[in-house]
Amino acid sequence: MDWTPLFISMKTASLSVAVTFFLGILAAWLVVRMENETWKAVVDGILTIPLVLPPTVAGFFLLMMFGVKRPLGQFFLEYFSVKIAFSWCATVIAAVVMSFPLMYRSARGAFEQVDPNLVDAARTLGMSEWQIFWKVLLTNAVSGVAGGGVLAFARGLGEFGATAMLAGNIAGKTRTLPMAVYSEVAAGNMDSAWQYVAVIVVVAFAAILVLDGLEYRSRKKWK
Amino acid sequence: MVLKAEIHKKLGGFSLDAAFEAGCGCLGILGPSGCGKSMSLKSIAGIVRPDKGRITVGDRVLYDGAARIDMRPRKRRAGYLFQSYALFPNMTVEQNIAVGLGGLSGRFQKARPQTAERVAQMVKKFHLEGLEKHYPRQLSGGQQQRVALARILAYEPDVLLLDEPFSAMDAHLREGLRLELGRTLADYGGTAVLVTHDRDEAYQLCNRIVLMENGRVLASGDTRQVFANPMTVQAARMTGCKNISRIQPLEAHKVRALDWGNLELVTEAEVMPETTHIGIRAHDFKPISETEEVINQIPTGRCQISEMPFEWYVTLENGIWWKTEKDIHVHSLAGVVPERLWVEPEKILMLKER
Repeated sequence: MDWTPLFISMKTASLSVAVTFFLGILAAWLVVRMENETWKAVVDGILTIPLVLPPTVAGFFLLMMFGVKRPLGQFFLEYFSVKIAFSWCATVIAAVVMSFPLMYRSARGAFEQVDPNLVDAARTLGMSEWQIFWKVLLTNAVSGVAGGGVLAFARGLGEFGATAMLAGNIAGKTRTLPMAVYSEVAAGNMDSAWQYVAVIVVVAFAAILVLDGLEYRSRKKWK
Repeated sequence: MVLKAEIHKKLGGFSLDAAFEAGCGCLGILGPSGCGKSMSLKSIAGIVRPDKGRITVGDRVLYDGAARIDMRPRKRRAGYLFQSYALFPNMTVEQNIAVGLGGLSGRFQKARPQTAERVAQMVKKFHLEGLEKHYPRQLSGGQQQRVALARILAYEPDVLLLDEPFSAMDAHLREGLRLELGRTLADYGGTAVLVTHDRDEAYQLCNRIVLMENGRVLASGDTRQVFANPMTVQAARMTGCKNISRIQPLEAHKVRALDWGNLELVTEAEVMPETTHIGIRAHDFKPISETEEVINQIPTGRCQISEMPFEWYVTLENGIWWKTEKDIHVHSLAGVVPERLWVEPEKILMLKER
């Protein structure tokens, strides 16, 4: 069995979750603090849309942006001599875009669960907004935020549609685990497909165990 | 320090237009829920932004709509005691108290040297010894309130704002904690504002009072004076006056109570042209024996009686409420209601519509 799809997938999911994690928390914090309800809804819609679009459609938009002849793609090619479409980078971009809404929504939900009086109390007690974010908001929402991270990691690992559009299915380069399953089935190698499937199921199951563990720990803490 | 507040704010169909002043001691804002009293308090703390108005403490301007001054909550030096106390669940008692002092030493920062000392002082003052390392969830309601007060008073705010401090508390704990808070307030000595819907609480803890309804101030002044002479119908009702009737003036000191079967009553105070109602507190009626002859007699007629542990609530035939003390062991109605009651002329409150 060729292990490169597993390594590529792990590398992609790890890097993408690191990016998504911080972007998602930042976006959630900014949206939670917004006062205008109309703008809040609009921004929320834009940030969430990759979750409800078919992945191939999201991938199509990405291709329209990062293709070699497209604005962002051309920009990276000219100024950094980096070709993004159909490179490993593309798998990361696809995974980030597709997993971002999960991270953002989990973090936002977790922030909104924090008693708003705590934030007001912190303000009257003289804490700075940054201290409030770290010590009040994030600390009291940590399990929800971490849960969002696990979900985002799992989503990044399982990303298929957008990756196929933007990164293609190049063996040893952009062939992630889900791509490998597809390729093996298409080639009629069912045994090989089974092996990849087993690996994915094990990793996904482990992610869910971690998620439950986080929730259990947060319920036990501070009581 | 003197707190002066003039606050205007619209929120949906509700509008708040209130002005009040608090000097040394405790000012009570008494009113039903949704009357705007919490919103007023939050405006002072900077949690809610008024549409216009002006809020000053001493010579510091916290908010001025016209001058576009809106000081941030963290700069206002206003201590706010939340209904639910808002202790940080992830911090110990010590850490909670230290927040207002800039925090205890942690992984990322060093505490100022005097912080730990001040925290220890507050722990002692609020009888929290032994609980320093406990988390809020391990504490009783009373202990949580003490921690919240210690946390606020540790950094010596200019004004202390108390938002319904006993609403989250069981009734039997309330009285003891009220005494405790009374001592804390006396000891604090600065300016405090207490918001409540409980008139006993307001009467017990506040030397001055503001009565508020529907976002308007109905009356304000010395607590005892406002309770003794509420002036308006709404204020009388809010201070707990159960009996209020429209009147027809008869003489300078005599009225006809239109809502109590056209009862004629002699009053101590003069009937003024603006007097439209009178009020009599339910405790102010006295029974009279059959032979006694006094003014302001009220026939009792067929009564409805309900029994409370220490009181009888009697509704007379003409609609008047009368409360009279009883022993907890007595359950018999015999002899509770005499043929007639009377009320002293000086107990009759002269009220105007608004």
